[in-house]
Amino acid sequence: MEITSHWRIKKQRYALVGEVCPHCSAKIFPPRDICPECGDEAKDHYQFSGRGEVYSYTTLYNAPAGYEEQAPYTVAMVQLEEGPLVTAQLTDIDVKEPEVGMPVEMVTRKLGSEGDRGILIYGYKFRPVLETA
Amino acid sequence: MMANKNQKTNNDVFIIGVGMTPVGEHWDRSLRALALEAMTAAREETGAMRPEAIYVANMLAPALSRQSHLGALLADFSGMRGIEAVAIEAAGASGGMALRQAYLALASGMVNTALVVGVEKITERVTAEVEAALITSSDADYESIHGLTQTALAAMLMRRYEFEFNIPEYAFAGFSITAHANGAKNPNAMFRRPIKVETYQRAAILSDPINMFDAAPVADGAAAIFLARGDILPSNLPFPPVRIDASAAAVSTVAVHDRPNPLSFAAAEKAVKVVLDRAKINLDQIDFFEVHDRYSIFAALSLEAAGFAALGEGWKLAESGAIALNGQIPICTFGGSKARGDTGGATGVYQAAEAALQLQGRAGEIQVADARIGLIQSLGGIGSTAATHVLSAVETL
Ligand SMILES: [Zn+2]
Repeated sequence: MEITSHWRIKKQRYALVGEVCPHCSAKIFPPRDICPECGDEAKDHYQFSGRGEVYSYTTLYNAPAGYEEQAPYTVAMVQLEEGPLVTAQLTDIDVKEPEVGMPVEMVTRKLGSEGDRGILIYGYKFRPVLETA
Repeated sequence: MMANKNQKTNNDVFIIGVGMTPVGEHWDRSLRALALEAMTAAREETGAMRPEAIYVANMLAPALSRQSHLGALLADFSGMRGIEAVAIEAAGASGGMALRQAYLALASGMVNTALVVGVEKITERVTAEVEAALITSSDADYESIHGLTQTALAAMLMRRYEFEFNIPEYAFAGFSITAHANGAKNPNAMFRRPIKVETYQRAAILSDPINMFDAAPVADGAAAIFLARGDILPSNLPFPPVRIDASAAAVSTVAVHDRPNPLSFAAAEKAVKVVLDRAKINLDQIDFFEVHDRYSIFAALSLEAAGFAALGEGWKLAESGAIALNGQIPICTFGGSKARGDTGGATGVYQAAEAALQLQGRAGEIQVADARIGLIQSLGGIGSTAATHVLSAVETL
């Protein structure tokens, strides 16, 4: 992937900015400009809270090229509290074993590097929400 | 029922030749050499007919062999310069979609004969590069960038399935055991040994909860089928033609997280419903179902999507033996992707060739008794594309 393609979606990657449909109020992430619920145009920005729970997860041992040095790592589908599912890595799980339904929150971390110059790519990951009793 | 159920009409499309290479690690064979072997074998069954068009199914040659433009490459290499040829790409469903494009061309009357060849050359590269190539069929910006693999995506579906439906431990074992039992008797299969339930239970985890026996190996191979319209069928064919009764395809979303219910293979459901309508048959009339079992969870979800089992109950067909050769709905009769080996975009052509052998009574030890109607389904990505065909044996010509 080229650097410009990462720059183009940096708002989504850094801050979970998606869309809200002005016609049916569906919250949309990733943004797609046409509402998947009602089929009308949906380009209004929407800031997701970054909170959600683990829908499912797994740990990878055989990583694709470019990710080998990170392996093993754990990925998840997270159900955001506003509704959409999002795919990302889980982080900080040395303190808490992942499980389906576990509350998580978004953090921005390094996703990987790219190209001969090793351009760093940052974006969202999710970590367990620790109870602050 | 169709009035002409067992007779040919001029507009019908028939499979009149099949060819397959063994699936495996063909270190000594090139992409074009593998394809040529399958193409030549399929043409030999027709008395070496020259097709009017070639449809190539492939997904990974641009990434792994730095070779695109396979239509022209293979037409030239097989000595058929001058004819029409094109490659069709729909990830793992390339084979089913190439068959569908050929079927549409013949059914329209614009083309009289076609050769569909699926070919994949995967083992030239190390695992990490193959994983990186395979994941290009998922969402680059929102899945692959996070270091996902196809196996990890399938594993998340399997874990969620286990969570929602509260199934017993090792519930998926039957899919792998059945596939290996069949593959053991398929001379082209990559794995030729049956496995026991203990073997499945002890298998190493690839991406939890998917173990080695839940995932199909990806390997090299080529398969070809020769298609002809009813009005030009040669009279002296060595084997009975197999009719393509109906063809259908559908897509859902590329990214799994974009689906309202990730545990529902919506594209597969739609394609099966449409193909049964077009063939004017119902599920009870299907004698066997070639499922695209890249992962055992795919087999369960495909059986559920087709309507052979309720949501969350597809695994029961494996446990009860219903999917075995002598069961109520045999699947993966030549070992499926699990035991035959998954040849990426070529897989759908293997399925069609294997189904043709079943319907011609040429399946040997893995023959489904009295097989008259077969359903085949080719899946791309994590069930994102589904190409589905109904094939039938022709009794009178
Ligand atoms: Zn809407």
